[in-house]
Amino acid sequence: MTTFTPSPGAAPLSKMVSAQTSYEVRSLLRNGEQLLLTLIIPVVLLVLFSATSLLDVGASSRVDFLTPGILALAVLSTAFTGQAIGTGFERRYGVLKRLGATPLPRSGLILAKTLCVVLVELLQAVVIVLVALALGWHPHGNPLSVLLFLLLGTAAFSGFGLLMAGTLRAEATLAAANLVYLLLLVLGGVVFPLTKFPAGVRSVLELLPISALADGLRQILQHGTALPGGDLLVLAAWAIAALLLAVRFFRWE
Amino acid sequence: MSAVVIDALVKRYGATTAVDGLSLTAERGQVTALLGPNGAGKTTTIEICEGFRRADGGTVRVLGLDPGDRNLRARIGVMLQSGGVPTTARAGEFLRLVASFYADPVAPGVLLERLGLTEHAATPYKRLSGGQQQRLSLATAVVGRPELVFLDEPTAGLDPQARHATWELIEELRAGGVAIVLTTHYMDEAERLADRVVVIDGGRMVAEGTPAELTGAERQLRFRARPGLGLEELLSALPAGSAAKESPSGHYLIEGEVRPELLATVTAWCASHGVLAEDLRIERRTLEDVFLELTGRELRS
Repeated sequence: MTTFTPSPGAAPLSKMVSAQTSYEVRSLLRNGEQLLLTLIIPVVLLVLFSATSLLDVGASSRVDFLTPGILALAVLSTAFTGQAIGTGFERRYGVLKRLGATPLPRSGLILAKTLCVVLVELLQAVVIVLVALALGWHPHGNPLSVLLFLLLGTAAFSGFGLLMAGTLRAEATLAAANLVYLLLLVLGGVVFPLTKFPAGVRSVLELLPISALADGLRQILQHGTALPGGDLLVLAAWAIAALLLAVRFFRWE
Repeated sequence: MSAVVIDALVKRYGATTAVDGLSLTAERGQVTALLGPNGAGKTTTIEICEGFRRADGGTVRVLGLDPGDRNLRARIGVMLQSGGVPTTARAGEFLRLVASFYADPVAPGVLLERLGLTEHAATPYKRLSGGQQQRLSLATAVVGRPELVFLDEPTAGLDPQARHATWELIEELRAGGVAIVLTTHYMDEAERLADRVVVIDGGRMVAEGTPAELTGAERQLRFRARPGLGLEELLSALPAGSAAKESPSGHYLIEGEVRPELLATVTAWCASHGVLAEDLRIERRTLEDVFLELTGRELRS
């Protein structure tokens, strides 16, 4: 019996997925640009606009208005922008192809990527919540409703992120994912209230997935609404559309 | 049961036929080398066996199964021609990740040591040299203790020392009973490693056999001299069954049973023409010569 006497066999699926998830989280956390996107920008926006009067949010507390939007931004940055860019380059460099030749099934790889996104979002949420509480945030509402919105938002943005990564060239994905991030940050009611836009424009912007997520979280956390139905419907429609499109058009190489 | 059986394989890309009715088998415990120039269809053939591409015609069985069968993934090892590793992943980290997908992997540290990568274990893939990237890719192909490995140009761009380390590892795989299918355009690699060589050109098999069968026992005599010497007179003086040609101009090749008398005849003939033969040598045919004869082209063109 030598070192290379054949002894083929796959590890259990749970072991494969946990190894891949742990790899994905590690590689994401040591990537400087990713940390900027996932943690630094949201926290800086939260602190800057809460602690100054740069932003006019009417009579309500600024941190109460901002925190739900920043949580929505955290989901956007990790599920969409980070995942699109990371996966786009993995596809470009043949990593998805190479992993396809291992016992890790494609569904296992997608599951690992999703778990990685959820774990990083959890980390983001902890940091954002701690900073917001320090700034005097008073959250309301049902935590389960908040969780439902965060999960639907994650599904929608992951779907679009993977759709982009699996169809465009990696460089195009890099540019487009950052552009979309910036546009949604400005136009999606994340930091700047949609009430500042003209009524016609506003009714269109309210249909964006980021607006539905930010507004839904704001309805729950700021105003104590049990379950904002309109936002939930819009977000669920985006999630279904995004995942169906990703399944249909994603190319592994 | 053969490890790989390919029968009348056809693969087209648009109007181009990359593989044109190729048939071959690869056995367990043997190295099968697909030898041919760039664009011959080697990588296409191997990627069909790996399940990355679908054949347009013919049949392919890998360990008795369809190449697309998910159950094969744990049983075969794959080394791509390039890439396949995240650029920011550290060498040891990625090898450990791939190892964790298998039930009974080779210890990653042992493989890194064998392939001279131990001191680069913490180096990100993009900072490894081309040769180190190749060896990491080889390590990921064998870490799962597969029954069958596909190696696409395993030593392309390696320095001599790394090449020998790779060859020794491949020989150890064979000794362990693994079936190895590799592509190469290096003659010496095929001659050193392969139990069977399949010479491919234009998507077709042009010859197949052991290196010794392909090169034959025949020797040949070569020399350089001024161009345009008439060969008919020489041929009539040589034993029956000998052949002589001038190709390219000024390069002479005599084939046949090269005995001392034949050498004397050739040098006498040169002397009678007042010609000093330069670079006169007697050698065995190489796979390079075989390829040139079969296709009329250099292998590494």
